[in-house]
Amino acid sequence: MFMTFVKRLPGNVSRLILGLSLWLTVPAAFAEYGLNFQKPVTSIGHKLLELHNMILIICVVIFVIVFGFMFYSIFAHRKSRGHKAAQFHENTTLEVVWTVIPFVILVSMALPSTATLLEMDDTSKSDLTVKITGYQWKWKYDYPDQDIGYFSSLTTPPEQVGSPRFSKEGFKPGADKNKEYLLEVDNPMVLPIGKKVRFLVTANDVIHAWWVPQLGVKKDAIPGFINEMWTRIDEPGLYRGQCAELCGKDHGYMPIVVNAVSPEDFTKWVAMQKDKAAAESAGGARTWSKDELMEKGKKVYASSCAACHGANGEGMGPFPKMTGSTIANGPLADHMNIVMNGKAGTAMQAFAAQLSDTDIAAVVTFERNGFGNKAGDVVQPSQVKALRK
Amino acid sequence: MATAHHADHPTGFSRWLFTTNHKDIGTLYLVFAFIMAVVGGLMSLVIRAELWQPGLQMVDPHFFNQMTTVHALVMIFGFAMPGFVGLANWQIPMMIGAPDMALPRMNNWSFWILPFAAILLILGLFMPGGGPAAGWTLYPPLSAQGGIGTDFTLLSIHLLGMSSILGSINIIATILNMRAPGMTLMKMPMFVWTWLITAFLLIAAMPVLAGAVTMLITDRHFGTSFFDAAGGGDPVLWQHVFWFFGHPEVYILVLPAFGVFSQIIPTFARKTLFGYDSMVYATASIAFLSFIVWAHHMYTVGMPMAGELFFMYATMLIAVPTGVKVFNWISTMWRGSMTFETPMLWAIGGVFTFTIGGLSGLMLAITPVDFQYHDTYFVVAHFHYVIFGASVFGLFAAVYYWIPKWTGHMYNETLGKWHFWLTMIGFTITFFPQHFLGLAGMPRRIPDYALQFTEFNQWSTVGAFMTIAAQFLFFYLAIRCMKGGSKATDKVWEGTDGLEWTLSSPPPYHSFTVAPKVK
Repeated sequence: MFMTFVKRLPGNVSRLILGLSLWLTVPAAFAEYGLNFQKPVTSIGHKLLELHNMILIICVVIFVIVFGFMFYSIFAHRKSRGHKAAQFHENTTLEVVWTVIPFVILVSMALPSTATLLEMDDTSKSDLTVKITGYQWKWKYDYPDQDIGYFSSLTTPPEQVGSPRFSKEGFKPGADKNKEYLLEVDNPMVLPIGKKVRFLVTANDVIHAWWVPQLGVKKDAIPGFINEMWTRIDEPGLYRGQCAELCGKDHGYMPIVVNAVSPEDFTKWVAMQKDKAAAESAGGARTWSKDELMEKGKKVYASSCAACHGANGEGMGPFPKMTGSTIANGPLADHMNIVMNGKAGTAMQAFAAQLSDTDIAAVVTFERNGFGNKAGDVVQPSQVKALRK
Repeated sequence: MATAHHADHPTGFSRWLFTTNHKDIGTLYLVFAFIMAVVGGLMSLVIRAELWQPGLQMVDPHFFNQMTTVHALVMIFGFAMPGFVGLANWQIPMMIGAPDMALPRMNNWSFWILPFAAILLILGLFMPGGGPAAGWTLYPPLSAQGGIGTDFTLLSIHLLGMSSILGSINIIATILNMRAPGMTLMKMPMFVWTWLITAFLLIAAMPVLAGAVTMLITDRHFGTSFFDAAGGGDPVLWQHVFWFFGHPEVYILVLPAFGVFSQIIPTFARKTLFGYDSMVYATASIAFLSFIVWAHHMYTVGMPMAGELFFMYATMLIAVPTGVKVFNWISTMWRGSMTFETPMLWAIGGVFTFTIGGLSGLMLAITPVDFQYHDTYFVVAHFHYVIFGASVFGLFAAVYYWIPKWTGHMYNETLGKWHFWLTMIGFTITFFPQHFLGLAGMPRRIPDYALQFTEFNQWSTVGAFMTIAAQFLFFYLAIRCMKGGSKATDKVWEGTDGLEWTLSSPPPYHSFTVAPKVK
């Protein structure tokens, strides 16, 4: 009766009322309303949810008892009801009691927490290792034992994000959004289910944090240092997360997608990735036409450069524009140098480590001939290869 | 000679520029804090307006990051800290029976550093490349990427830190040397006690921040590599040093508010504070513990297990003295004869919201589950419950409590109650849903979000506009109270007890020129 009434209220109100009542009744039902953790799919994830629910319930009970006293007092001990102040103070017994009881409660919380923490820390006996590297603003996943490595970046089209009122381009409202808006990527991390996966987490430029709520893992990715964590996924599926540590302008636009598949499908996927890598390196050996380079360069620009330098080369804030750029219109060697080696002290990264010879050749060609720039040069993959040390 | 000097009352601008009077300087601090609160509040509205719906509508992500960064810096260093120093300036001499602060000229200087520091901080936003965008925590290497706006911020933090250290030295010197005869330490009002402990925290913590900021400046401009792994440094070093300052800073913001609650609740319950001694010891324990828990802000950086466990246990321990304080306030109310004038509403509201923030803080202390909460909106909800819920509520409580004494006029009680309830409701609508957003997986410091987070963000935005709007009521009320209103008695409130209430309302420009005797 009550529930049907509540469900007919406007969405926000009914969700809040249902959510609050659920908080006190059925912890397992939270997930559906987006009020508690997302559904865990690892044993650690389940333990974290249980631990969280236990602590939350203890806190709610303490809150209700303590404020039960306060609100009773506010109701009963008011001057307007003629209550006279009882002048009592200091009571050692009471003060010892309310020091000891919280302490005991804390110990009861600390014990299971310590056990879970120790389990989370044990990365030994893993079946697979994946190295995660944070970049501004995408992730790189390397499988050292399988000899696979690739970047994973956002695929939500910029038209869906839109352009804000206070920007150079002026207000363009975002188009209708995909269901997985901002949580979709080109190349998800693929993991086999039922296997213990050890993650090595690091970063290339600034600190990021790799977080997939349903796996129950989060670790900072710190340049120059390698952190470890592990997971074992129980069921196949797509699990989504985001960078959790502020990492600059597009911090909100570097999602994580994990595709958990059966071990057989994982083996097939590994073979496919290897074929793809072979085809890519074959492309680096031949000579490309200017049109081919321009076409490929446009794609590379969109995925690697547009975030800072603007989709149309217009730049933004501290990030220089492409149109009329002194570098894109200046000597080729300088242009190659800044693209391949980055610029220290700025967000301009060393793309030599991120892009293939073909990609770099294409994007430099595109920058020198697109956006109204008229340098006219064409760069071949072999030239890039020669510049690599 | 002395009388001739004292008789000299410059008027107009030079009165405020050259003043060494604790009451004038207290007023300057409070006015400055209010202006900064407006500036920081408007920035929060930029943030909330952008987060009204998914997609970018108002500002680009780079500017959004500048807003989150500068909002926090302005609110912490420009609003909350100077606000409480203003209260200390007005109240401490009157509460301990001293004629003024111990070091009046330094007092003038510690205030007048602030406007310049604030201008530097705000000007950063207008520099090429914009202001600081690495969050108020300024984590390198990201903060090393910022433009000249970041340097403005770093220098501004140096100035703000200097001002705080000078102010604290003054407060300690005043409290230790200038108490009226008979006022032993254990007879001091709780507000004075909490400020004494806070001042020690400031003196211990602010130089650490200054050290970290200096290292960042040399990393940015003089080729050092303290925080750059490529040069042999460690980005996590910054986090350790920053939070060694940052955690005590939390208590710097909240302890004086505890002092305010401990003055107001006994007044309106018409009872003495339940456990004065245990309140003093609890405050001191919290202050001590605040120096050994810093790394609970950094559970995900990859610390050794021993570190994770130590910081978890130490942090959980803070719940014990904090609990003692809450239980004491409630026992003070218990079987009292309570009335609910505006200061009492703010104090009870503050205890209520602070306790919610304290309990979510206990959840955050627990390392394994913190891996899920860390850097989400759950944290944003938590620290707004403690900093807004305790410090800001404490500031308002104090202003309503003492403004009749300061101005000699009662404020408008109806307006005061409206201000409280609108703020309380607006605050709850803003920040309560953020707990759910965090648990459901929304990271903090993002300008745009996945679709499932839309509804609660809309609640939050509505609440934020309501909260800020309510502050205009306060502005109107405060101005009206300064200009006139019904005459306040010396005692002001029925249940007051303490030296400041023995003075006239408003107090003479120079009060307690002859020290009172405390029994």
